[in-house]
Amino acid sequence: MNFFHVDALGLAGPGMASWQDSLAVLAGKGTYQGGDCPRRTSTLLPANERRRVPASARMALQVAEEAMARSTLDIDSVCSVFATCHGDAEIINKICVALAEPERSVSPTQFHNSVHNAAAGYWAIAAHSPMPSTTVSAYHASFVAGLMEAVAQLRVEARPVLLVAYDYPAPDPLAASVGAYLPFAVAMVLTPDATPQSTRLGIETVSQQPVQGMHCGELERLRVSNPAACGLPLLRVLASGASGRVLLPHVNGLQLAVNVETG
Amino acid sequence: MRRNRFGNRLKSKMAADALIISTCTLVNALGRGAQACFDALEQTRGELRPCDFGDADIDTWIGRVDGLEDAPVVAGLSSFDCRNNRLAQLALRQDTFAERVAEARGRYGAARVGVFVGTSTSGVLQAELAYRHRDPVSGALPADFSYLGTQNAMSPAEFTRQFLSLEGPVMSVSTACSSSAKVFASAYRHIKAGLCDAAVVGGVDSLCFSTLYGFSSLGLVSDRPCRPWDAERSGMNIGEGAGFAVLEKWHGDAPGIALLGYGESSDAYHMSSPHPEGAGAAAAMASALTMAGITADAVDYINLHGTGTRANDASEDRAVMQVFGSGTTCTATKGWTGHTLGAAGVTEILFALGSIERDFIPGTMNSEHLDPALSADVLLQNRSAPVNCVLSNSFGFGGSNCSLLLGAVS
Repeated sequence: MNFFHVDALGLAGPGMASWQDSLAVLAGKGTYQGGDCPRRTSTLLPANERRRVPASARMALQVAEEAMARSTLDIDSVCSVFATCHGDAEIINKICVALAEPERSVSPTQFHNSVHNAAAGYWAIAAHSPMPSTTVSAYHASFVAGLMEAVAQLRVEARPVLLVAYDYPAPDPLAASVGAYLPFAVAMVLTPDATPQSTRLGIETVSQQPVQGMHCGELERLRVSNPAACGLPLLRVLASGASGRVLLPHVNGLQLAVNVETG
Repeated sequence: MRRNRFGNRLKSKMAADALIISTCTLVNALGRGAQACFDALEQTRGELRPCDFGDADIDTWIGRVDGLEDAPVVAGLSSFDCRNNRLAQLALRQDTFAERVAEARGRYGAARVGVFVGTSTSGVLQAELAYRHRDPVSGALPADFSYLGTQNAMSPAEFTRQFLSLEGPVMSVSTACSSSAKVFASAYRHIKAGLCDAAVVGGVDSLCFSTLYGFSSLGLVSDRPCRPWDAERSGMNIGEGAGFAVLEKWHGDAPGIALLGYGESSDAYHMSSPHPEGAGAAAAMASALTMAGITADAVDYINLHGTGTRANDASEDRAVMQVFGSGTTCTATKGWTGHTLGAAGVTEILFALGSIERDFIPGTMNSEHLDPALSADVLLQNRSAPVNCVLSNSFGFGGSNCSLLLGAVS
């Protein structure tokens, strides 16, 4: 088993404004109402970049800023792993629409925003961070792939990692192909060693075991529809403050077992 | 037995730590199969052509792979059928690569072999074509558009995993033009962390309208074959390509070619323009050297990112000067193949492997008059020389930098 620590979290989702704001709902102690996905403007990104940042990256930066604000670590000292299944479908949609017109005039800004690592690029600018960053994707298991990459980095590079998983809904007509889901993003500051506020976790891969869902129907729908939310069962245990073990589905029958050890 | 100029220190370090490239394959404009590509490099056959991709109306040159239109993916994986996965499949079928992977699967078990594939645009061409055929009333995309199998960033990684019958950890890395360099770092870490024992790493990117028109909108494509480091350079050419390698532990029983180090960094500067002083690029190169425990003078040559745009080459030149000075031979191979974007990292690290195997350094195709404002020692013509250690650079939009260091171990 690979052990590591989670130092701080950030979260945004339907009716969930922040990690702190969502603790009761995630832990099953409050009634989940859903609702809009509250938006906060980035305080770190320069104004000229803030105008250009696409919706999916804005949500990723929101949870990244929240997690780093709660973290004991310096913002420019952490590596980052971004995980997103669909990237920015709004931007892809705009480019595909433009390419289907006779003029084929693709906007330069939309083109550079169309890269899957757009959020990572904006984050590096916002955080003034030269630290390594990668962006991974693995269908419905994108959060799981991101967590494995982050833990592999913790083990091998022995440096803290900011993991950010996010997926933002696709517009029509892509939505019919991509699937309908609500926006969700989560950020976790992960460290190889304990910090004053951290919780110890361990992961290992297993196969062909039953995975857990969420207790509440709305959260369960979010878990199975938004690839960034496939780690919700882990967030539930972390929010409860108790120890526990969850199994998160990877691709093709593989699962990631995550142990949470408190106290 | 291959020469080894690294001395005892590196030998002992490598014996414990090395991950070697035990087999590989490549397809791009130069040819089908790694050996065919190395032959083209050795025989000085560049393969750029005036843009003849679909109905694209852009005055530029491209590096195109012939025959993809007539080579659908295997029947069982038809939901993945698109130009990008056809290109992946073509590569997986060369050089007995699939057979070597099957042997690795037998040695390690299917669940212990991971799959890490880099791509920038995946099968977005399929979406571009679907948008041309939207329902005139509802605007709906055609019913046969397979989003997850084609356009989605994970598509080439999952196609590769299923084609090779592997069951280990699988992911796509999509960091624009550094994607398939960074898969080597991710695979290295997964193996070292015990999450898998071996990995298929690779990259695939194919011609599409988004990149042709997108790079054109940024004023970055050249109307001539690209000329990296040339005083008259006027931009890049887009190419397509696929490359795969098996990365696994070296048992020290035979000479091998190992991933000695990697370095990654972020520019934190601009989404599409490189840092003018090449700060991030320099950090990536320096990190790769540090990880390998070698100094700059052990590197026989640098395979530059070398796209041929004014700003990219100037930035990279300053970065090379900071880390290596002007004493290290450099080359840029995008004038041979075009810029294969998310496949460039694996394409060029495998060119470096061919260079080590065959003891020659490919020159910088098309470039004639080196820019006097640039300082790197850029090789114009092919050179026969002993090659043991090569650094390869890949830099992408979003300020994503990755340098890989490859070397002979014995």
